Amino acid sequence: MATKARTRAKQVDAQGGDPAGTLRDYYEQMSLVRAFELRSGEMYARAKIGGYCHLNLGEEATVVGLMAAIEARDYLFTGYRDHGYALLRGLSPERVMAELFGKTTGVSGGRGGSMHLFDAETRLFGGYGIVGGQIPPATGAALALKYQESAGPDAAAVMCLLGDGTTNIGAFHESLNLAGLWKLPIVYVIVNNGLGMGTTVEKASAEPELYKRAASYRMPGLRVDGDDVLAVRDAARDALQQARESRQPVLLEVMCYRLRGHSVVDPARYRSPEDTTIAQQSDPVPSFRAELIASGVLSEADATAIDEAADARVTEAVTFAEESPEPDPDDLFAYVYATAVANAPSALPGEPVMDAL
Amino acid sequence: MNTDTDNTEAVTTRTITYRQALNETLRAELEHDEKVFLIGEEIGVFEGSYKITAGLLEDFGPDRVLDAPIAEEGFVGAALGAAMLGMRPVVEIMTINFSLIAIDQIVNHAAKMRSMFAGQVSIPLVIRMPGGGGQQLAATHSQNLEVWYAHIPGLKVVAPSTPADAKALLTAAIRDDDPVIFLENLSLYSAKGEVPDGEQIAEIGKAAVVKTGIDLTIVSYSRGTTTALEVANQLEAEGLSIEVVDLRSLRPLDRDTICASVKKTGHAVVFEDDWLSYGIGAEISATIGEGVFDFLDAPVRRVAAAEVPLPYAKSLERAALPSAADLARVVREVLNLAPATATSNDK
Repeated sequence: MATKARTRAKQVDAQGGDPAGTLRDYYEQMSLVRAFELRSGEMYARAKIGGYCHLNLGEEATVVGLMAAIEARDYLFTGYRDHGYALLRGLSPERVMAELFGKTTGVSGGRGGSMHLFDAETRLFGGYGIVGGQIPPATGAALALKYQESAGPDAAAVMCLLGDGTTNIGAFHESLNLAGLWKLPIVYVIVNNGLGMGTTVEKASAEPELYKRAASYRMPGLRVDGDDVLAVRDAARDALQQARESRQPVLLEVMCYRLRGHSVVDPARYRSPEDTTIAQQSDPVPSFRAELIASGVLSEADATAIDEAADARVTEAVTFAEESPEPDPDDLFAYVYATAVANAPSALPGEPVMDAL
Repeated sequence: MNTDTDNTEAVTTRTITYRQALNETLRAELEHDEKVFLIGEEIGVFEGSYKITAGLLEDFGPDRVLDAPIAEEGFVGAALGAAMLGMRPVVEIMTINFSLIAIDQIVNHAAKMRSMFAGQVSIPLVIRMPGGGGQQLAATHSQNLEVWYAHIPGLKVVAPSTPADAKALLTAAIRDDDPVIFLENLSLYSAKGEVPDGEQIAEIGKAAVVKTGIDLTIVSYSRGTTTALEVANQLEAEGLSIEVVDLRSLRPLDRDTICASVKKTGHAVVFEDDWLSYGIGAEISATIGEGVFDFLDAPVRRVAAAEVPLPYAKSLERAALPSAADLARVVREVLNLAPATATSNDK
């Protein structure tokens, strides 16, 4: 793994342009994502959560930075490592946790689970479990925006998140080509945590500097330190501005670390001790916390209070999820079709498929 | 409005081709709703590989008739994404064979989203594509893959057999809020038929009895229905009364219409262009077995394509594809009749 390229390029300058309140907000958000993800792992181990469960642990600065850049009018498409994005898009921890628990109160009514968080109101347009599956629809959403509104500072844009492993599939290249060709208002963000499951970027990509792939599609490609929340935010904001004002698609690569395995059941034995050490040393949550304390934005007591509040918030979410009802099997077919259709199947296993004539 | 019900007012009709019916319907829907746009390979300047979109670029411009590069997964998925934001894209995939390149977007995404996201999003997407063999296009370009899509909950799959149905089902598909796979057939594009003027909207999910009879039911769809009618009419001259059920919709499947017909005739043959094993006919046979077993006077038979990658050579292609002669022979067998004379059995 190209560890050198991943080490932090710059430290947060808390005395710079950002007000202390903003920095405090970012820390609160990072702390919430951290607490939520730790608890998700715990709930998975207790079999409260089923299926696959992929956590944003270690990626908190990336999550917060990207979500600080995106506007409410923009559309967000992500892969399956989506909990933190949903939380910061404005969905309550209750509804996100309830989805993981498979309850009716979940963001997707308990039908999607961890990988398929969706909320039309906040324009979180999914959570997708198939690697790269979100990229063509995200591109099409940008195509629709081109039909529906003019470019300008108030226009909406699409942010499409994808992992480093996703850059090798056809859908990535086909979509970037379409976006470049048709000048679509979209920002593709490669969240490069260095590992596609257990395979390093260097073992998977002939050009491991993934942002360079933008050159094939005549779009700007840039790389930013994903442990630097402000750098991520500023780069994403600038990219979104190009998308909304100039219809210029952008490829942004955000370098971060996955603190744990691919999913909660993965012990990540394939990782070298050095890589694990670097990942831990780069952990953005404690380092941002320390920086804010060092620069006087937060006191140790403030930071502790924030962490405790985040944890309490997540506890409320778990309680809500546990107490929420499970979906009723009578509603099994409720959402198969939007337009009612004659002879729509409705038989449960073993039931007759039709009335006997 | 529904073409399945009787129109009390007199409707004028014109005789046009299946191709023309599709073209006119696309034009009408582009005019009807500005959210409708067409997207696909070579549909603009080239006017479509089979000229279905002839003249539309000229009249509606490149935003409404969007030429896409050769990237089926990309542009089918892009159409899907546009549909998520309320557009009503109509995709042309050059042939059904190439839809396999886009199948992740169709099966893993378009078909799933509404259910998986608890009804928060609808996918008003139409994917038009022709299938069919018999044009010496060889194994990769001659497939009938309808069951691939008919198998998938969340999709609607229609397969019109006439110009009138091409119009009414395409209108219905474009106005439907779900992903609809619209199956055309290479050998039907130049077929002519009476098409009613004015707005015609079929009811998806309904089969039609296109010829009544009392001795045997032939169940078919798309190109097969035209062959079934030809055979039924030919046998009628010999005194047999054959009923023909045109499925029109492969998902949902109108099991009641099939069973009601077989209940009356007691005999059924499925005529299908796909391969036999696990094909459309397997589903129809199971339906008949479950629904009207007690009324059957003979086992249900299937006339389907030979299970081989379709060869190029005409002699082999002809041998592999189900023909009118094959169907007529099997109908006689089911009815326990003597084989026809050798000449009429020739392919």
